[in-house]
Amino acid sequence: MNWSAISAIYVFEMTRFFRTLAQSLISPVLSTSLYFVVFGAAIGSRIQEVDGVSYGAFIVPGLIMLTVMTQSISNASFGIYFPKFIGTIYELLSAPVSFLEIVMGYVGAAATKAMFIGVIILITSFFFVDIEIAHPLAMILFLVLTCISFALFGFIIGIWAGNFEQLQLVPLLIVTPLVFLGGSFYSISMLPPVWQTISMFNPVVYLISGFRWAFFGLTDVPILTSLIAIAGFTTLCLGAVWWIFKSGWRIRQ
Amino acid sequence: MPPILSIQNLRKAYSGGFEALKGVSLDIEEGEIIALLGPNGAGKTTLISTVCGITMPTSGTVSVAGFDILTDYRQARSLIGLVPQEIALEPFERVINTVRFSRGLFGKGRKDAAVEDILKRLSLWDKRDNQIRELSGGMKRRVLIAKALAHEPRVLFLDEPTAGVDVELRKDMWDIVEQLRADGVTTILTTHYIEEAEAIADRVGVINKGEILLVEDKDKLMARMGQKQLDVQLTTQLDAIPEALAGYDLALSQDGWTLVYSYDVNAERTGITKLLTDVANAGLQLRDVVTRQSSLEDIFVSLVHENAEVTV
Repeated sequence: MNWSAISAIYVFEMTRFFRTLAQSLISPVLSTSLYFVVFGAAIGSRIQEVDGVSYGAFIVPGLIMLTVMTQSISNASFGIYFPKFIGTIYELLSAPVSFLEIVMGYVGAAATKAMFIGVIILITSFFFVDIEIAHPLAMILFLVLTCISFALFGFIIGIWAGNFEQLQLVPLLIVTPLVFLGGSFYSISMLPPVWQTISMFNPVVYLISGFRWAFFGLTDVPILTSLIAIAGFTTLCLGAVWWIFKSGWRIRQ
Repeated sequence: MPPILSIQNLRKAYSGGFEALKGVSLDIEEGEIIALLGPNGAGKTTLISTVCGITMPTSGTVSVAGFDILTDYRQARSLIGLVPQEIALEPFERVINTVRFSRGLFGKGRKDAAVEDILKRLSLWDKRDNQIRELSGGMKRRVLIAKALAHEPRVLFLDEPTAGVDVELRKDMWDIVEQLRADGVTTILTTHYIEEAEAIADRVGVINKGEILLVEDKDKLMARMGQKQLDVQLTTQLDAIPEALAGYDLALSQDGWTLVYSYDVNAERTGITKLLTDVANAGLQLRDVVTRQSSLEDIFVSLVHENAEVTV
């Protein structure tokens, strides 16, 4: 295992993050604050508690998930797309590194950044609402797994994308709707029965539900189902990444 | 001593069916500098890309210091440094960081002294904390070389290192290659320019349409290129070369209006003065005198021509 290469990629990617630290942090903190103002204060005041949790607190796990998922995807997809775009991928391809090492470097850095932002949002939320975390270890586990699996997914998008529009396409057209409809801002039980059934086909529901359970002990779906779902998604993405490198798809002719 | 780089019957066909390399074989000795000459689209870059792992070979084998580039790719690639043709650098990164990155990527631990040495040799030390976008084109090329040397490779590929580079930088590049040779680094460079091969290479390979047409010591090639022709155009048409001029290596043009004299430009005496005197003494009047040098292009064209006849 070329640990030196993994750490080189990781450090290189993290340097980019710290170089643009202000914009990396201000934007998620600002948008989270806006969500709290709009959903928490304006709308939340008209919604009573959800299963004994104030609406402002109820949306915190969903908000963190929303940001963490989109950040993981955009960080990882940009991280690998940019070298392709500017041509520096030649160095990666000619280096004595395996696919696993490249993925560990890029996905590790993207997941770290997303997690960093997730924690910042959590801290921000303490200023708006009272939250107690029922299962802190489970919360961290869900956060880490979500960051890694979505960073893997982002990595695949970055490899696939042929231009900047395509880079935005999947996150905008697929991920954002799935996250919004995945119970970020509501409990699935609040929906009419038909929509409850439809929601069960949305993989994000399981992640948000599991994450919310770690905070409040409340779930839309059993916690084990959530764990299986995220493990399954991670495995699927890993398999896809393995195939990409094996076949050289869109990277090595 | 076994060759440091051994390419055997290497073929590369792209997915569209285009065959960029048609069975290339080439052995390169450790410490030599070899220049690959060829027109655009000849397969030079594909050859380099395949050896370096950027494209996958369709068939054939390549080994670096005995390590196969596919089965022992880690050992093989860690011995190779590549300077690509296009300037591809992360614009916002600092010079020193991007060189450290390259060193780490190729499996070498952080060693600031080594990075400092490389940056100083490439006159980049003063620019080490600059962002790459702030550098001139020539400086960026130096950064590419610094990155390629960061892991102390034994084989260096330079893909058209001096395309679009000013004269001074070109000279600097040649000096750098010469220094590397002193360190025992084997260098393979591709170029359009015969002067470049002449200035630094030990051997010259000519490649066209995915095939190596010739690999020869530079000196021998230069001797072939040293041939020059003198066309002596006459005011009268001749049927044959006059008796008085029989001692010269002369040919008569088909129309009989021109005497063609071949000579070695590097020779101490070319014999031109004596020839022209004898031409005048033979009672012939000159209309014009033209000299032509056989260039790489001539050699190249004749090679391509021969090549075409063989394949027909």
